[in-house]
Amino acid sequence: MSGRSMSYFRWLSGRPWLWSFLGALAVWLLAIVVSHGQGAGGMLSAALAFSVFTVLVGIGQMFVITLGPGNIDLSLPANIGLSGAVAMTVMGEADDRILLGLAMAVIVGLAVGGFNYLLIRLLRIPPIIATLAASFILVSAGISYGRGLQITPPPAFAQFTVMRIGGIPVLALATLVLTLLCAVLLHRTIYGRSVLATGQNMRAARLAGVKVERVRLLTYLLCGAFGGLCGALLAGFTGGSSLDMGAEYLLSSIAVVVIGGTAVAGGAANLPGIWGASLFLFMVVTLLNTAGFGPGFRDVMTGLIIIAVITIAGGQRRLR
Amino acid sequence: MTAASSSVSGGASKTTARRFSASRLLRTLLPAISLALVLLAIANFNPRAISYFGFTLMLNLAIPVALATIAQLMVITVNDLDLSIGAFVGFTGCVTATWLPNQPLLGCAILIGSIAVYAGLGALIHLRRLPSIVVTLGMSFVWLGLAILIRPTPGGTAPVWLHGFVSQRLPWVPFPVVAAIVIAGVVHFGLMRTTYGTTLRGVGGNANAIERAGWSLLRAKMTAYAFAGVFGVLAGLSLVGVSTSADANMANGYTLLSIAGAILGGAEFVGGRVSPIGAVIGALTLQLAAVALNFFHIAALPNLRIPQEWQVGAQGIILILILAARALINRGER
Repeated sequence: MSGRSMSYFRWLSGRPWLWSFLGALAVWLLAIVVSHGQGAGGMLSAALAFSVFTVLVGIGQMFVITLGPGNIDLSLPANIGLSGAVAMTVMGEADDRILLGLAMAVIVGLAVGGFNYLLIRLLRIPPIIATLAASFILVSAGISYGRGLQITPPPAFAQFTVMRIGGIPVLALATLVLTLLCAVLLHRTIYGRSVLATGQNMRAARLAGVKVERVRLLTYLLCGAFGGLCGALLAGFTGGSSLDMGAEYLLSSIAVVVIGGTAVAGGAANLPGIWGASLFLFMVVTLLNTAGFGPGFRDVMTGLIIIAVITIAGGQRRLR
Repeated sequence: MTAASSSVSGGASKTTARRFSASRLLRTLLPAISLALVLLAIANFNPRAISYFGFTLMLNLAIPVALATIAQLMVITVNDLDLSIGAFVGFTGCVTATWLPNQPLLGCAILIGSIAVYAGLGALIHLRRLPSIVVTLGMSFVWLGLAILIRPTPGGTAPVWLHGFVSQRLPWVPFPVVAAIVIAGVVHFGLMRTTYGTTLRGVGGNANAIERAGWSLLRAKMTAYAFAGVFGVLAGLSLVGVSTSADANMANGYTLLSIAGAILGGAEFVGGRVSPIGAVIGALTLQLAAVALNFFHIAALPNLRIPQEWQVGAQGIILILILAARALINRGER
């Protein structure tokens, strides 16, 4: 009996992402109790719909953080704001330009990622400062590009972002497919293995023949592209882009990576955990909303949960 | 190695040594040079701004930023980073504007308590070996949430003494300039000239060596974080003193500004290499850069104006330019 429970425990501790799903499940059940069993399915559906955006930026941030100590992308919010504005402008409320708009948003994101890497490489500065400086410039670029106009998304695009099949958002399914592709990219390609190797020991990876700088460039490009995609979809989902719509995603992109079981010091990534953590954070907010707590209390609880998770998960190696 | 080649390399090393000290001097002076350049730009675009009244107006809001930058510098000294300082300044501002005028005892107790929380964070981060970025990220939610609970809507008032203090008129030199010099001087003395300040920087440089030498790392981390809390509280106080009311979100931008200011001033992320005077100059430079942009005009092109929205962008560009200059200097060193 005790032997079996030990092996269960070992199985669990080898899969840190399970905790985030268990947490999400527990909070969901609690929310159902608080709301006296009402809207349980709706809650789940909403959680999936809203988690999509956190998952997208979370995956990008996860790849960057996995590169090793000091790697982080602070330009995601500005990237989301700018690429959302570009997507809406390019689409110009016309259904036949949706794909073009999406492509432009991804291109803007790629450009942001490339710019980030250029700063890191040319100025030899820590990524945190490079992406910070880049985000200052992007914010201004976004304001001057958007000029405060709110362009609504094309009708078909807006419908697509909120479309549901049997209560499951189509966007969530698409993001799930994208997550699976990323899992293949991370675990089954030379690039993915190089990211992990670089994060474990950059010097050893370089000596082993990994083209470390190319891997870093590709990773910042990837993160930028995910930010751009998130910006376009978010603009469609919320009925038009606004420049500060990315603001909350700086903190949540890092939070889902940490809660999801990815090593903060790099070298070990966890994709399923990103989903679990995104659902968990949304469920917590829903629970507190249902229980009648205001935004202030919600923020306090979110913060305490992040600190509690990292304290319990413990830091082995430090991020910096 | 032959005698000839060794004498050649000896001569070369002497010149590199000279170049080394020259570039080191240049690197130390870089923050001051960039501040001077920004001031020159302002003097060029709008000579009237270079006056007692002009400096008072331009630098009023630079003092809270400078204090927040010093708070960030304390944490950077021990190789950590504080992503919550902006939210914390907002929180202390809300406490100040809400309770200090009428219930000063309660207000003071909360502010002192929040400094204790900062010290506790230092202990938690050290004992559990946690990444400071994640812990302070969580704390930024906590401080912001508490600030919203205290002040759901903007408002409150500044205590009369506080507003009077930050808006006082000194003879000859504007108050913000004096305040900046005092802040830079005091922190420089504490961090660079005292034994314990050197120990704190040593924790950033080589924590193991400091521990072997018999210092408590736990105490050092707690001290650094507690001082970050103290300067965060001072930043909140001065911000409310200047703006006379508070809003939970009023200092959110300070997190990134404080990191930028500290780095501009010559701080490095690892190794306990910091410069308090540089940090204050960095904060002033970022503040004045935004002002310079407002004044920007070229006589030949009267219609060429830099739009307001590029203020933040200009701060980013200045950050990049100064870091590029530093990278060039460092390359010359090699």
